[in-house]
Amino acid sequence: MTEFLLVFALAIGLGWPLGRYLAAVMRGEPMRGDGLFLRLERPLYALLGTDPQRGMSWRGYAGAFLLSNGVLGVIVWLILMTQAWLPLNPNGAPNMSWDLALHTMVSFLTNTNQQHYAGQAQLSYLAHMMGIVSLQIITPMMGLALVVATLRALFGGRNAQARKADGQDQTPVDVGNYWADVIRPTLRLMLPLCLLWSVLLTSQGVPATLDGGPVLAPVDATVQMKEQKIPLGPVSPMVSIKQLGTNGGGWYGANSAVPLENPTPLSNLLETLALILIPVAVVFMIAGLTGRRRFAALVLGTMLVMSVASAGLAIWSEGFSSTSQDIALMEGKEVRFGAAPSALWAALTTQTSNGSVNAMHDSLAPLTGLVTISDMLINAIWGGIGCGLQQFIVYLLLGVFLAGLMTGRTPELFGRKIEAPEVKLLAVLVLLQPLILLGLTAITLSVPSLTGNSNPGFHAISQVFYEYASAFANNGSGFEGLGDATVWWNLTCSFVLAAGRYPALIIPLAIAAMLARKRQAPESTGSLQIETPTFALTLIAVIVILTLLQFMPVLVLGPVADHLSLIAR
Amino acid sequence: MSIQNANTITPTPASPSQAISDKGLLRGAIGLAIISLVGFGLLYSLAGVGLGQALFPSAANGSLIERNGKVVGSSLVAQPFADARYFQPRPSAAGHDPMAVAGSNQARTNPDLRKRIDEALMGAAQRNGVDPSAIAGDLVTQSGGGIDPHISPQAAALQADRVARARGLGRAGVEALIARHTQNKQLGLLGQPRVNVLELNLALDAATSAEVNAPANGG
Repeated sequence: MTEFLLVFALAIGLGWPLGRYLAAVMRGEPMRGDGLFLRLERPLYALLGTDPQRGMSWRGYAGAFLLSNGVLGVIVWLILMTQAWLPLNPNGAPNMSWDLALHTMVSFLTNTNQQHYAGQAQLSYLAHMMGIVSLQIITPMMGLALVVATLRALFGGRNAQARKADGQDQTPVDVGNYWADVIRPTLRLMLPLCLLWSVLLTSQGVPATLDGGPVLAPVDATVQMKEQKIPLGPVSPMVSIKQLGTNGGGWYGANSAVPLENPTPLSNLLETLALILIPVAVVFMIAGLTGRRRFAALVLGTMLVMSVASAGLAIWSEGFSSTSQDIALMEGKEVRFGAAPSALWAALTTQTSNGSVNAMHDSLAPLTGLVTISDMLINAIWGGIGCGLQQFIVYLLLGVFLAGLMTGRTPELFGRKIEAPEVKLLAVLVLLQPLILLGLTAITLSVPSLTGNSNPGFHAISQVFYEYASAFANNGSGFEGLGDATVWWNLTCSFVLAAGRYPALIIPLAIAAMLARKRQAPESTGSLQIETPTFALTLIAVIVILTLLQFMPVLVLGPVADHLSLIAR
Repeated sequence: MSIQNANTITPTPASPSQAISDKGLLRGAIGLAIISLVGFGLLYSLAGVGLGQALFPSAANGSLIERNGKVVGSSLVAQPFADARYFQPRPSAAGHDPMAVAGSNQARTNPDLRKRIDEALMGAAQRNGVDPSAIAGDLVTQSGGGIDPHISPQAAALQADRVARARGLGRAGVEALIARHTQNKQLGLLGQPRVNVLELNLALDAATSAEVNAPANGG
């Protein structure tokens, strides 16, 4: 309970000023710190060949996003496949196979960090620092850039006034400069915050060294193990960005359950806070970026209610329900944390599309597993940096459309009508999730040789569904008993990862740009009021019904049936 | 609250039609890749390492424990202990190998998990001469990472008698050592009380060699 209260209080208390700061950064106006940061940024813009003030159309913006992903992806893929020949490999990690390297690259490029490998043994220090950490820093900032561009477009674009004077249609909507939108928050928010977290985590015992770890003989010479290698490395900087950047991919195979990655209850508090800190700040950013505080309050309120409900349910299930009396409670958990902080982490890591773990989710109580899967299916309770809010905008558009139909008013958002072309694009997004998740789950379960389950019964259904849900939500956690380092899992998950990232980030931007080109009707008392508690409740209902109801059969067959057979023991 | 606020996002460019351009994407993409890989990934990691080494050198190097100038372990990594003269750590799905860190990933409804826990319960009860119902859950379950360095104070207490007898020490002395190595909730708020098994066993060895004047690392 202490951890629960502390984490939410700190996230709101720190997220507010951070969000205001982030809004100033993304507005691109003169601000404090320019003296230092402009000096750092100018050579970078020169290298990128861009003027940070220059605007882009939504197509150019999305193109820049896709192309920069493509170039980064190819380079990282090559690094992973050749790491044994490259420097900084004191633990002798071998080259990755092409399919494992492909999955790893796509997984980190999509801000997912699903891992079908164990980092301490299968990645060199160089591959960690240049391949993995680079993507962990840059991909959340790309997500942020996309949602900021979408918000700008929702309010008519940066050139709204000029376009109005122009007679609307002549000039494209200016959604911002992609390169500046990625560089500015990285230098001014992400890297300083990560360095601070890195030092704080090292103070608790997370390693930060370039040396290989020592090999030692166990104290008790009667045991079978004759020597023990302690894997070290530049762990702390990576753990900071994996927590703060809604990444989730850890240095060690068992992630933040490993004491070297999460040594004390205090480091656990810092890492749990880091799960939601920036996603919360992004919500606060809305107020400063758009000038509409009530809109920011709507988003914050809706997300906070769902977040507290989901975390509360997980903590109750793991720490206080009848299944918490089980002798197996501590299976997959660490003594220094205990049940409730493990459940809190499980809920927040799936809400935010982070995916790091401090306890093995496979061994959680089935109802806690239900909470984590539901969080990933919704994927907009805070959500990944940028993509969570982007997904929320999708729900918002759907909610406005449905509420408009129910009340018999023209559905419009911020004075612009939502019409058939926009709704068709929304439908594509809404249909993509069940088609991919249920389709691939069905195929995989029907061919037992592909499945790779480690558990029998209903839990096996949960294992497969969890893996695809996690990939599509760009979460990256897993019911890790799954034997997933196979060509089938690597290739299907690579596809799901990309299908869960790119359409979900680009389609809302396209819709917003389509809206921006429409004539804006003044908001009056006759328009649908969205910045109200009533609409917030409607929105929660839309989110829950839309996402959970369509997956009800698989949730009943998986975690619910698993729970019933556990309490029937 | 008017929508015109949106226009304060940035100063409106004097000539918007010239200010919008989608050119130079490939150069930007290649530039951003270089900046990310070298500037962000590599330099940031090295900065984190440098700061960690400068401020917290022991922690940055793995919290290693030295005895007589030799590294004997890390206080953040469990070691296996089999001898009756030592406290035992939690069972490990990874065989206490930090290069293979993992949990069992067995579901609560998995019959194999139940069988393993039952066997561990019987084994621990027999070994320590206590009733199975007295065994603490953490002592018979595998941790998340497989190298959990801690056990609960209850799991330590139920082993105290056996360790004291095997070493020919007084039970009170062993219990005092447990008490000295019990870490309470951090800052009085966070986590659970716990005992570091490796540190406790090293302290036992030191106490025994002081008392009996025998080599600590026997067996």
